[in-house]
Formats: sequence, structure tokens, C-alpha cells
Amino acid sequence: MNANPTRPALPKATPRKEEGSRYVLRLYVAGKSPKSVNAIANLKKMCEENLQGRYELEVIDLYQQPQLAQGEQIIALPTLIRKLPAPLRRIIGDMSNTERVLLGLDIQKKT
Amino acid sequence: MSKLKLAAKSKPAAKVRQKQIARPQLPKAPTGIHGLDEITGGGLPKGRPTLVCGGAGCGKTLLAMEFLVRGATDFNEPGVFMAFEETALDLTKNVASLGFDLKDLVARKKIVLDYVYIERSEIEESGEYDLEGLFIRLGTAIDSIGAKRVVLDTIESLFSGLPNPAILRAELRRLFGWLKDKGVTAIITGERGDGMLTRQGLEEYVSDCVIVLDHRVSEQTSSRRLRVVKYRGSTHGTNEYPFLIDEDGISVLPVTSLALQHIATSERISTGIPRLDAMLGGKGYYRGSSVLVSGTAGTGKSSLAAHFAEAACRRGERVLYFSFEESPSQILRNMNSIGIDLQPWVKKGLLQFHANRPSSAGLETHLALKHKAISAFKPQVVILDPLNSFVIGDNEVGVKAMLMRLLDFLKTEQITGLFTNLTASSGVLEQTEVAISSLIDTWLVLRAIDSGGERNRGLSILKSRGMAHSNQIREFLLTDHGVELRDVYVGASGVLTGSARLTQEAQDQALKMLHEQEIERQQLELANKHQALEAQIVAMRAEFEVQKIASLRITGQEQAQGAQLAQGRLDMGRSRKEDATANKQIRGSK
Repeated sequence: MNANPTRPALPKATPRKEEGSRYVLRLYVAGKSPKSVNAIANLKKMCEENLQGRYELEVIDLYQQPQLAQGEQIIALPTLIRKLPAPLRRIIGDMSNTERVLLGLDIQKKT
Repeated sequence: MSKLKLAAKSKPAAKVRQKQIARPQLPKAPTGIHGLDEITGGGLPKGRPTLVCGGAGCGKTLLAMEFLVRGATDFNEPGVFMAFEETALDLTKNVASLGFDLKDLVARKKIVLDYVYIERSEIEESGEYDLEGLFIRLGTAIDSIGAKRVVLDTIESLFSGLPNPAILRAELRRLFGWLKDKGVTAIITGERGDGMLTRQGLEEYVSDCVIVLDHRVSEQTSSRRLRVVKYRGSTHGTNEYPFLIDEDGISVLPVTSLALQHIATSERISTGIPRLDAMLGGKGYYRGSSVLVSGTAGTGKSSLAAHFAEAACRRGERVLYFSFEESPSQILRNMNSIGIDLQPWVKKGLLQFHANRPSSAGLETHLALKHKAISAFKPQVVILDPLNSFVIGDNEVGVKAMLMRLLDFLKTEQITGLFTNLTASSGVLEQTEVAISSLIDTWLVLRAIDSGGERNRGLSILKSRGMAHSNQIREFLLTDHGVELRDVYVGASGVLTGSARLTQEAQDQALKMLHEQEIERQQLELANKHQALEAQIVAMRAEFEVQKIASLRITGQEQAQGAQLAQGRLDMGRSRKEDATANKQIRGSK
């Protein structure tokens, strides 16, 4: 059981929208399901295009680490969590809609 | 009703019931909730999901939680509680008041609490998703303690927390199927929606068993009700059953099951008043029967009840006294004044009072409370004093329904019930406001008799099923040593009671004395006459004797004379030597 049943504590606030701020991203997936595979591919592509060199992406397979689902309050899969910069953001789905992902992560699209 | 009661003998009835139970049944998971298992015939469908729905604050979460806790503690079936609305901490605190120690159960790996946090504003959707995360989470929790029971409270929150309802619906359908595959018995709660059982129509997916809870307020009093709307593959009670939430959790009252199969004993118990016992065929009430004492104000209804209570306590039986107008101490004091001391029985724990105003709760809740108190105390005698105070406004139908269920419950439990009912002085004596007279086995009517400038009490038996009983009105006296019953004076001048009866009786006494004296005098006279006659007879007999002797003497003389004459003639003949035939004459004269 989760000792602190509310949402996980937010990481300390860092200045947001600052050009060059680091993105710490976690993608939770369920094994090799089509949605998971798509999500990983879509996200990697988007990050390379928009956040080259200033992002950290960790892909976590919940089938391998199921206990993380509770701690991270995961319900839907795939779920992308923006740990940094604060505030915490969640994007669910196979990341096929790049616009929505960028909007969700609050990233200015490179023109 | 009475016919059945008379005909029913204990053993065959019990056998019939056992036969009915012996049929093959769907496997069920007992909830451990008082009464719910009876309505559902053993519990919720085992290994299938059940939908529990109802409005806000009707007790869904509590029912689900009790199902889980009882499963973990009583049936060795660990459970997972997945909460979508309350945090684990809040839940633990909330149910602690019901005596459920969730912390301990969690520590002992009997229960897993998982709070699912969803905040719509933090979630963005990009493309298709599924609820695999929830499956993984639930699966992990179930496997971690080997759970057999699962509660999802309230899963519909997902609809407000996640986008794309179409995906959610598909996923929920998959979830319920998955729960079935897992073989866990699940409760899914849902908030009541417009025209539907739940807001999102969950009843379409969870259709093995649907239970609806309701919290209604009428006449400013609230009552909670439960109804099993649907139960696939099993019979179930379909009525609305009242239920209670108190310090022991939920209790549902399946007392509407009017099977009329109660066993009727022929055991008789004393009313506590010897003369009344005599009126009831010499033995008193039947055990397990319903007794109604009705009458106008101040006719001694409660006193009769107190007598009965005391008599029962003397036999060592337990008595539960529900009072709706007087406090226990007031009853004790008042009964003391007529020489009935109930205090020792209260101290001994044989007599228990439950005093509350009828308006303190709804009828159903009252019924539930009584049911509970009776189940806990297990009395042999229950007294309700008075019934009519339940009638507030125009709820007579409700009151009747409630009392009928209570009476039925008492009969099934073989508890003798004594109820008092105040009849309005303008009302008809042979009618109760609560209209339960037809359910009553023995009905005593107390009435005030106004005559000669005073008010006296009269008691009569209106009916008493299955026994010979007196048809006489008795005068009912409240003395300092309890109730006394006297014969009323029925004479040429009508029925007399009180001082009029006493006066009449004194007059009768005087008349009777005069009469007796007259008879004595006449008898004496007769005796005198007899003596005189006897004396006369003696005198006449003596006279007769005298005459008899005299007449004998005369006869004797005449015979002697005759003989002498004959002798004379013979002598004469001999001396004359008349002829040879004289010999014969000699022989004849000898």
C-alpha cells in the first residue's frame, strides 16, 4: 500500500519555459503491445526533432515492474509523465498526435 | 393465519424448509452483512461482479467495505479495495467508527487499499490508450495477498478523469470480464444517474447481480432501504428492505418474508393475573402469540403489560420492553405504585427497557432497531407500549406494514408479544388505529364504565384464538398489590360496577338474609307440626290398643259362654240317653 496515498510529491520547481531547460520524461508502457511500440517510436521521434540533447527519456515496462503502477498513479497506458520541468504533466495515448504531445509537454514547436 | 397456526405441527414445517434449501444453488460468497445473506440466499455471486448503486450518502462504500472486511476476517477471503474517491487514509478513518481496523488488516496482508488519483486537468490525450495500467495495478494487488474479493469504488470517476468515453466503456467491459476470469467476487459501486441505475449505465456491463441502495426522507424522518434488483441464476427477495448503519456496520432486515410458517406451540404462559388466566381457559396466553391490549386513556393498559412482564421475569424469561411514551424510570415508579416492583428484574438483566420517541426515526429504521435489539437480547417476551404513537399524520399504511413485519418476526422467533393500543374515546373500541387487529391472536379490551357519578374499568376478551375463553366483562381494579379482576354485577338494573356494585351487593346481601330467616321460620313451623302430629298418632295408637284388648276380652267371654252352652246341651242329652248318634256329637264338641 502506498504510505502517501495522494499523488506523488512534485519535484522542486525549476524555472519553466526557459530556453534550454532539461526535460525528464518517463514513458510507461505495457510490453510489446502495438500501442506501446507506437508510443515509444512516436515519442523518440518527437524528442529528437524538438528536444535534441536536452531530454532524458526512460521507458518503463509495467509488465516488468508492476509495482510502479501504484506509486506513479498509472491507470491508462501508455502514459508519459513529464517529471521536469515542473509541474508534473501526464499525456496518455500512443503519442500519435504530435501537436497534442507538444502542447501537453509545453514545448514550442521548432519552426 | 390462525388456521395454519393451529394445523402446523413443528416437525413437518421444519422438514419442508430443509427440503427447499437442499436444491442446487449458484456458488455464493457470503457478505457477512446481517440480513443481506438471507435476502440473497447466501451472499453475492461467487467469482462474479456485483453492482451496488445508489445516490450520494446511501452507504455504497460502507456496504462494499463491510463485504471486504467480513470476507477477510470471517471467511478467510482477503480483498482489494480500489478507491477512486477517497484516499486510503480517509477510508481508514471513516470506517474505524464502525469498528473496522483497516490498518491492522492491511498490516496482516488481509486487505490492500489502493487509492487511484486522477486529475483531469493534468492529463492530456494523444492517440489511443487503454486501461492496462489499472489491470496491472489491480492484478498486482490481488496477487500480492491472494485476494478473493475486490471492490471498485466508484469506478465511474474514470469518466470524469479520463478523456474518450468510448475507450473507457470498452475497457470497463474488458475489466469486468477480466475480473470474472480471475475468479474474484467483486463489488462495483456506481452513483445513481438520471433514469438509469448508474450515471454511465454500468448495469449494462455488470449484470449478474445488481443491488440498489436508497436513502429516503418522508415526514422529516429518514430511512435507508436496500433492494436486490437483479440476481442471475438465483432467487432473491425482491422487496425493499430497510437497513441500518450503526456501530456494528450494516444490518439489513429481511423481515418482509411473510412465509407464515411459524411453529405454533400449545405451551401456555401466565398473564401474571390469576383471574385473567382463568378467563383465558385457566392457563393464560399461548407462547409465541400476539396479544393486544386496547382501551381508552387511563384504563390500565400499561399495568397489564407490567404484570405480564413481571410474571415472565419470575419464570426466568427475558423481557424486552419498548416504551414510546414513558421513560424507564417513569414506568418503574408508576408500576411500583400498584405494587409491581420491576427494578430487581432490571438489575438481574432479565428486563430491558428501550425507550424512544416514535418520531426519533423513520418507521423502517424503528423496525430495524427493534429487530436488532431483539436479536441481541433474545427475549421470550416483547412489549410495545403503545403502538398507536407511531401514527403521525397519515402513515397508517406504513405503520401497519411495519407492525406486520415485526409481528411476523416475533412469531417466527417464538416470542410472545404484548402490545398496547390507545383507543381515542370517540373511536370504536373494537378497532385499532393501526389496523392490525386481524393479526392479533388474543385481544383484551379495557373500557371505562361511567355510572353513578364514577368511572370504573372493565375488562373483556374480544377474541382469543385457539382457546376457550370467558365472554364476561370483569371489573378491573388497580389496587396497591396489582391488578384485580372482579365479577361485575349484572342484574335487572343492568351492569353495575364500583360503588354501585358494592351497594347493590349489600342490598342483595340484606335481601338474602331476610329470605334465609323466612325459610328457617317455615322449617321450624313444619317441624312443630310434625311433632304435634306424631304425638297425636301415639295417643290414637294407645286408644286403639285399649279398644283392642277390650274387644278381645269380650270375644273370649262369648266363646266361653258358647262352650258352656254346648257342654250343657251334651250333658243334658247324655242324661236323657236320647239316641246312638250322641257319640258323634261328643267327638265334634271336643
